[in-house]
Amino acid sequence: MKMGVFRRFPYAVLAVALAGASFTSVDAQKRATAIPAATDDKTIIHALNRIGFGPAPGDVARVRKMGLSAYIDQQLQPERIADEKVAARLAGFETLTMSTRQLADEYYLPAQMIRRQAQRASSAAAAAAPNDPAMQPGNANAGRQNRTPEEMQAQRAQRRVLDELTQQKVLRAAYSDRQLQEVMVDFWFNHFNVFAGKGQTRIYLTEYERDAIRPHVFGKFRDLLGAVAESPAMLFYLDNWQSAAPEGTAMEGPNGRNPRADLRRRPGQMGRGNPNRPGVQRRPGMAGANPTMADLPPALQNRRPRGLNENYARELMELHTLGVDGGYTQKDVQEVARAFSGWTLTQPRQGGAFVFEPRMHDNGDKVALGLTIKSGGGKRDGERVLDLLAKHPSTARFLATKLARRFVADDPPKALVDRAAATFLKTDGDIREVVRTIITSPEFLAPASYRAKVKSPLDFVASAVRASGADAVNGLPLVQAMRELGMPPYGCQPPTGYSDRAEAWVNTGALLNRMNFAVALSSGKLRGVTPSSGVDQSTIVSQALGGDLSESTRATIGRATTTPQAIALVLGSPEFQRK
Amino acid sequence: MISRRIFLKDGAMALVSLGFAPTFLARTVEGLGAQRQKILITIFQRGAVDGLNMIIPFGEQDYYTSRPSLAIAKPGADENTAVDLNGFFGMHPRMRPLKPFWESRNMAIVHACGSHDATRSHFDAQDYMESGTPGVKSTSDGWMNRYLHAKEHQKATPFRAVALAPQLPRSLQGTAPALAIGQISQFGIRAGQSTDMVQSSFEAEYASAANSVLHSTGREAFDAVKMLKKADPSQYAPSNGAEYPPSPFGQALRQIAQLVKADVGLEVAFAESGNWDHHANEGAAVGILANRLDDLARGIAALVRDLGDRMEDVVVMTMSEFGRTVAENGNRGTDHGHGNAMMIIGGAVRGGKVYGTWPGLAREQRHDGRDLAITTDFRSVFNEVVRGHLGLRDTTRVFPGFKESAPLGLLA
Repeated sequence: MKMGVFRRFPYAVLAVALAGASFTSVDAQKRATAIPAATDDKTIIHALNRIGFGPAPGDVARVRKMGLSAYIDQQLQPERIADEKVAARLAGFETLTMSTRQLADEYYLPAQMIRRQAQRASSAAAAAAPNDPAMQPGNANAGRQNRTPEEMQAQRAQRRVLDELTQQKVLRAAYSDRQLQEVMVDFWFNHFNVFAGKGQTRIYLTEYERDAIRPHVFGKFRDLLGAVAESPAMLFYLDNWQSAAPEGTAMEGPNGRNPRADLRRRPGQMGRGNPNRPGVQRRPGMAGANPTMADLPPALQNRRPRGLNENYARELMELHTLGVDGGYTQKDVQEVARAFSGWTLTQPRQGGAFVFEPRMHDNGDKVALGLTIKSGGGKRDGERVLDLLAKHPSTARFLATKLARRFVADDPPKALVDRAAATFLKTDGDIREVVRTIITSPEFLAPASYRAKVKSPLDFVASAVRASGADAVNGLPLVQAMRELGMPPYGCQPPTGYSDRAEAWVNTGALLNRMNFAVALSSGKLRGVTPSSGVDQSTIVSQALGGDLSESTRATIGRATTTPQAIALVLGSPEFQRK
Repeated sequence: MISRRIFLKDGAMALVSLGFAPTFLARTVEGLGAQRQKILITIFQRGAVDGLNMIIPFGEQDYYTSRPSLAIAKPGADENTAVDLNGFFGMHPRMRPLKPFWESRNMAIVHACGSHDATRSHFDAQDYMESGTPGVKSTSDGWMNRYLHAKEHQKATPFRAVALAPQLPRSLQGTAPALAIGQISQFGIRAGQSTDMVQSSFEAEYASAANSVLHSTGREAFDAVKMLKKADPSQYAPSNGAEYPPSPFGQALRQIAQLVKADVGLEVAFAESGNWDHHANEGAAVGILANRLDDLARGIAALVRDLGDRMEDVVVMTMSEFGRTVAENGNRGTDHGHGNAMMIIGGAVRGGKVYGTWPGLAREQRHDGRDLAITTDFRSVFNEVVRGHLGLRDTTRVFPGFKESAPLGLLA
């Protein structure tokens, strides 16, 4: 590999770092950035690959003109970038701006209702034909291969929500001028991963990414953590909406009355009231009426024995903040779960919102991670846990490591992680400043970092579209490509999110699929994705790869008989798989 | 072996059951080569299956008192009761398709099995089970990959280790070559009329890739493409009337059978089955877990039936990262627990038996007072299979730090 130009870096970096020389922007000057004042194209390409989804034709020249340091500053302030082009591409996706409630009303609930009707009809049929194997319990769907037209239509409508969401993800990666913002949205969504395939989670996905993740990706980590903790998507995905104080724990209801009396009765009795419990009559908001099912928190309506659910509490510490070695115990998990009991949803099956439900909250004293939480705190209990976690040194280190892995190397240099973690603690968890520390560091530009990472499927698909200047009016083939490459958008089941390491993505099957995607993209085989007539292989080689090709790849491309073939051989090459 | 029930070669079933025996015995060893390749097929149930509802200790009263809405009734006439195994344990009713293998003594179960590491994190526990080094996070490779290393041989093909999955699982990751294939029919370069030219061009590019991972992975990929083309699995029809479920899991197993029968050198295969994390509304004889077990059992049964007498050389082994709480939670589900059950099926398996020491389910017998305790290290099972089935004598490199106690005797 030709690395000559790039190898000149360390000297420049060193000189700059030692001299504290002045750079293009005042901000940068204050922050002792390692970005040299004049950068070669390979450096620019490297930066565009890491803080974005790779160069599009013209990008390198543009960044060269404004200066890399200024470009990085601009990318760190996405609100100052207009980004009209991507807005135009997403204009037709009306579900992206809808509230969860609207999505539920217009797309999910009708489909659900029609499905249930069909299922009821099918169960009736099963009862009439008990020996039909397709009609055995649990096979309700197997027996209904002939769906009604209404059902099909409702399903299509419902699928539209996820189709638009997945498309916007890959289209933004490919076309947004706020490239770093899109990297960060992807990073933080993946950090706080939820899975579209788990029950009602998908109803909440659009809102989750738009309202909980996106506004906070450059903000204070505590705000992001809080937004996620209160997001219906996470509450549903990690089951916290169902977590309620177990029977027999200290609880306090309105008016100092123990409300468990209301909750202990069987669902069938709920509507009848209980003459032996006069407290019920005084219940605020009940106007003397007996309580009905609808008055109860949804998590309590259908099931009687209640209990804590530790799922969110555990992943909150293991995956969202401290990291698995961050220093917490099973006891801490239980105590944190108690603190979050009652963080639930109104009408989760209908797209309901977050609510703190005091009647589900375990109001006893708690000691979590050394923090004593006296009874009576209510929702504050959980917030105090979030406060503590958000400024914990283990959290700083865990997040610094993950961010440095995203931007620099699979095994990021320890010194860089230390500095990024220090920035986190010093700035009260200011994500923008942590990212700035990393992407203006000498390590970011060190020769060891050049092409050190293998592109994830999202990186690869978006960068191929960008490099080739393809025009995608339809994002679905790109979404499908990501599925085939092993990274279905919003389709990562475990709360860990997708791996950010090369070994997760380099395997024989996926590698062949990358080559096949390159072939399909360049030959115009992807429906609604038009290759650019103005871009040929040499444009891509110079602008996306800095001319840095092996002799073999160069020779191979030279033997191609058509331009699309030559482009495919560039985009599918080993060089293009790296960033 | 002789007493096993017979599976007729024309695909019709003899009696109600089937084993793997006599057609294989009828074949001459010479016809197949003296040393036939032993094959291990591993199945990972990701998400921690509720082992107590999969292999049900119906002889335990505590099972019933702890699970008022989730317990499966003792074996009885009703089809929703446990399938009796030995008067104490039963299978979930939806796993009935596996019963013939139990009866033909080709299926063994190890219960109260798992990792002595106490983690209740899916991520960690899966990681430990796949790295084969519980408690050690820094292990970079998987146990199956270390096996491939420990038993390197000249005849290894690109299909020696295959995961029927879009990504290579942790257990197969490492420096020995291993393949991840989503769909074998789609495996290869697809460029219409220029496929050959494009394929050879890419092959040349990757042959000189500077990055060693891309270089070696690329070479493996093109070797594999050529080999699979020669074997032509496109015309595949399962044998013996085997019907795989249409699920991704069923289709993965179907493709594993294809590779076995294509004789492309498969030695270790991996498939995964997801969605076992039932914190809420798990269901009992019917419901979410029941549907997942139905898919699992029908998939495995189809695989075993399809492979027919080839099962003499195959072991199928299931695993899941940990079990679930003995008691159901407030959401009619179960939370992360500890001990679990594994199933081992194959011609050489000494089946019809539940292995291990049953610790009991009374509160004081439980791990942390809440979970099924562990009396068998999962590595004991892995180790016996690697040694007894795959024939690796020294397994210390595969399971570093593991001290084997008395073997269970799973394999003949």
